[in-house]
Amino acid sequence: MTSAIPAKTTTASSTEPGPRVERDTGTGNGKTKKPQKQYSDRVRAERRLGWILAGPAFVIMLLVTLYPILQAIYESLFRFRLTAPGEREFIGLGNYAVILSDPVWWSGLWTTVFITVVTVIVELVLGFALALVMHKALKSVRGLLRTAILVPYGIITVVSAFAWFYAFDINSGYVNNWFGWLPGIDENLNWFAQGPTALFVIMASEIWKTTPFISLLLLAGLAQVPDELSEAAKVDGATWWEQMRKVIIPNMKAAIMVAVLFRALDAFRIFDNVFIMTNGAYGTEVLSLLAYRQSISRLEIGLGSAVSVLLFLCVLLICFIAIKLFKVDLAGSQGGK
Amino acid sequence: MGTLAMSGCGPAQADNSLTWYINPDNGGQAAIAQKCSDESGGRYRIETSLLPSDAASQREQLARRLAAGDSSLDIMSLDPPFIPELAEPGFLAPVPEEVAESTTENVVEGALAGATWKDELVTVPFWANTQILWYRKSVAEAAGLDMSKPVTWEQIMEAAKSQDKSLGVQGAQAESMTVWVNALIESAGGSIIVDPEATADTIELGLDSDAGVAAAEVISTIGKDGLGGPGLPTQDENASLIAFQGDSGSFMVNYPFVWPATTAAVEAGTLDQAVVDDLGWGIFPRMTADQESAPPLGGINLGVGAESDNPDLAYEAVQCIVSVENQAEYFVTNGNPPSNTEAYEDPRIEETFPMAETIRDSLQVAAPRPQTPFYNEVSTGIQQRWAPPADVDPDSTPETSSDFITSVLRGEQLL
Repeated sequence: MTSAIPAKTTTASSTEPGPRVERDTGTGNGKTKKPQKQYSDRVRAERRLGWILAGPAFVIMLLVTLYPILQAIYESLFRFRLTAPGEREFIGLGNYAVILSDPVWWSGLWTTVFITVVTVIVELVLGFALALVMHKALKSVRGLLRTAILVPYGIITVVSAFAWFYAFDINSGYVNNWFGWLPGIDENLNWFAQGPTALFVIMASEIWKTTPFISLLLLAGLAQVPDELSEAAKVDGATWWEQMRKVIIPNMKAAIMVAVLFRALDAFRIFDNVFIMTNGAYGTEVLSLLAYRQSISRLEIGLGSAVSVLLFLCVLLICFIAIKLFKVDLAGSQGGK
Repeated sequence: MGTLAMSGCGPAQADNSLTWYINPDNGGQAAIAQKCSDESGGRYRIETSLLPSDAASQREQLARRLAAGDSSLDIMSLDPPFIPELAEPGFLAPVPEEVAESTTENVVEGALAGATWKDELVTVPFWANTQILWYRKSVAEAAGLDMSKPVTWEQIMEAAKSQDKSLGVQGAQAESMTVWVNALIESAGGSIIVDPEATADTIELGLDSDAGVAAAEVISTIGKDGLGGPGLPTQDENASLIAFQGDSGSFMVNYPFVWPATTAAVEAGTLDQAVVDDLGWGIFPRMTADQESAPPLGGINLGVGAESDNPDLAYEAVQCIVSVENQAEYFVTNGNPPSNTEAYEDPRIEETFPMAETIRDSLQVAAPRPQTPFYNEVSTGIQQRWAPPADVDPDSTPETSSDFITSVLRGEQLL
């Protein structure tokens, strides 16, 4: 956020309009690195201030997250059951060997990846549409519209999970009744009795609940695309679709990638919806639930910690892919300005 | 602020205050706590603390607290299958001899077995639950079944088929599945675990046996022939009751809560009185005509935490809680049957629960679920391999589920 100011100072320093345009397109391609390397005094002072302000929070974060992570890694090396504290035994990477050679882990991983990919894509499309609506809405209804769109996001996940569960439940649900005219849906359809339909409800609930989050992030990105750019494109005769594809989306790429990354990390750790609706039955097992079952239900601290560590590594991998391969810049998410 | 500070790590303790962790009910345990506190003349004051609604989550919370040495666990309402797991590592305070003597007289066999681990009483039986066979008289009559005698699974499956109705059984991937499998195997003369006191590495399962195959045949037929209705794969006790009250209801195995729930629905106007008039009950169905059935056994026992500051006082309170009078009162007000047969003499019981005699008879022959410290693994393993019922194959499921649970217990597979 703070780096918005240095960006302004560099553009402000160029007085002539001619070179300014050149530089703008240059930054868009990521070619001009020179001016960023020589920090002015002001930038340096701001950086120092940034560290001083964020430092204490950073240290506390390390303390509260690093300690449990290290503890989990340590305990994952033991065969340790909470109700048999005397039988704790060091088995090295044994727990990891058990997990990685078990089809239960792999099917849980694929289910989780499937849910992540599908929900993130659908949320991105829907979220973008909602963001456009919010962006273009008349000032008088804008507040109301944003509130309405945000309502699902404000509902506690467990509550929304129950709401969706009871809506689709074969005994108490109304969905079979209302949508009986659709092919494949009739009063005898038990949504939670087989994987595909159960996953459909789980993902629908997830999408309904978190699309507002994505649309908010995208709205922030949209707001940063200068109106002059699309106006210029319009004058040049670009259609709506061309403006979208060539001007708006490239300019808010950073915002989109940040939204995708945040949601992907969230979706990958999905728990509440599955726990409430199926508890992992009939092919809906996800990795968080697998970790929960080993550590909390079975009280197998060693095995459960190992699952959690592997889950953590998967999340790290997603971050790595997003940041290194897709070049998401978390520090400067102000579009390609 | 005050309440916030107090709820931080278990309720704050005055010297004579005891905390009783209760499972959710209709307020009966809180009433007993109040009554016993009053009767103690200030010797102790019982405060209740509510546990989560399902048995598995109750166990999770209690096990974690006990393992962490929480001293606020004075009295706990425990589901019997999870007792060995807590008794084995010494999480429960030993039951004093005089308490054991005074609280086990006239207690039904199954409830005593559930309160015992390695031949020693480790908890005190409070109330005992069992499943009986509920049926619609009209359906039984139309199918030509003589309900004055015990019926077999084959008979009720045949009747449901001929009348085009649904059987009320619990086919969800949940604890109720283990309850069903265990009752069928026990009724066929087998046991899920051959030697309950064995360690994780040496445990021997009885799933892959004639009794196990017979149980799989019943479950698989009900699943494959659609006898349980479309809701079967997600049906627990509540869901099967709702289906039973509907037009497709025929026969259902379920707990006594069916009675108060049904009469309450009639009172509230959501159910027709005709359903109650049509309601019949009998003992749990048999596997074969000549062998008595072994109905499911549940209920609640009271345990005292090993780290409790006041175990003697806690056991004094336990004695008061499980008194014959309180058990009878609890049955009448909350619908949970006494474990003490003497309590059934109370005239109010026959009045409120016309099926009380059937319940008592059922309790006398009921079989507990396997008593083992690894109950959670065994039960979850069964749930994962025996649900949904339509996927059960008598030729393979008993064997594969047995292998699966064995390798989970040896730490070779995830659950």
